[in-house]
Amino acid sequence: MSRRARLLVLAFGGCGLALLFALAAFRLPDFGGTSHPYGQRTLPNAIAHHTPNVISSINFDQRAFDTLGEELILMASALAAVLILRTVRAEQEDAAGKHAYGPAQVFDALRITGYALLPVTIMTGVYIVAHGYLSPGGGFQGGVVLGSAIHLVYLSGDYPALARIRPIPMFEAGEALAAGAFVALALAFAGQVTAMNAVVGLEVGSAVVLTLAKFFEQALLVRKDT
Amino acid sequence: MSDALIVAALLLTAFMATAVVLTRDPARQAIVLSGYGLVLAVLFVVLQAPDVAMSQTGVGTVVVPLIVMLAVHAIRRHHTREPDERDDS
Repeated sequence: MSRRARLLVLAFGGCGLALLFALAAFRLPDFGGTSHPYGQRTLPNAIAHHTPNVISSINFDQRAFDTLGEELILMASALAAVLILRTVRAEQEDAAGKHAYGPAQVFDALRITGYALLPVTIMTGVYIVAHGYLSPGGGFQGGVVLGSAIHLVYLSGDYPALARIRPIPMFEAGEALAAGAFVALALAFAGQVTAMNAVVGLEVGSAVVLTLAKFFEQALLVRKDT
Repeated sequence: MSDALIVAALLLTAFMATAVVLTRDPARQAIVLSGYGLVLAVLFVVLQAPDVAMSQTGVGTVVVPLIVMLAVHAIRRHHTREPDERDDS
């Protein structure tokens, strides 16, 4: 397609989106008003099932089936990252040990901050998962915190240290087990908010670790055959 | 009072979003994107959506910029000929 034709298509789409968006925005209820039809339906249900955090109640109880789809999307994307970012035939992979830093290459301040933050971050992640039914947070948020916390080791140490504390096969198994357990929970026992939070936390944490691990391998280890 | 807070958060978000677009170097852009994610999380807190703000902080300020940085590094490494031992941009 020529540049002119592409611009025309873009202008057509942009104008349509702007028009529909403006029409939709003018029909919105006033900000901070008193009419909350959705809230009025979800709140009594959340309270009836003893889940004070209404968002968790919606995610894992009232609309657990939707969340099931979302979790499987995340699993599919982690799976895709592992599949696409593998080492292909024209490439070779360095051993992790080749990328050890000397002690002089990381500032002491960064090293100490990283090591001090690691246990705090992991505890925060576990807290967010465990208290998801009660306070803001839940399996997804806590899982992301847990999955990214491990990478503080890379900031403060080096790549071999990171590779040692996250054995990939274990996280692949954890991802698969947690996703399976979540499907079983969502289909058979929807409403077990705490258990579902824990399983989702494991699944999301493993997915984040796996995806980042593949990107780390591409950025540090994989190189073209020479 | 709360209206002023919302307007301030929205303006801050618009400012940071513009900053992300105007940053040309992808590696620097990842850092600015991280700051934008944090500002967006502040907006969500102001709008009383702490759950969404938590997801945004985790994904938008940590995971996505990290993936962008790693991808940029991988692309640079694959495009330079000689093996680099300590290039860590």
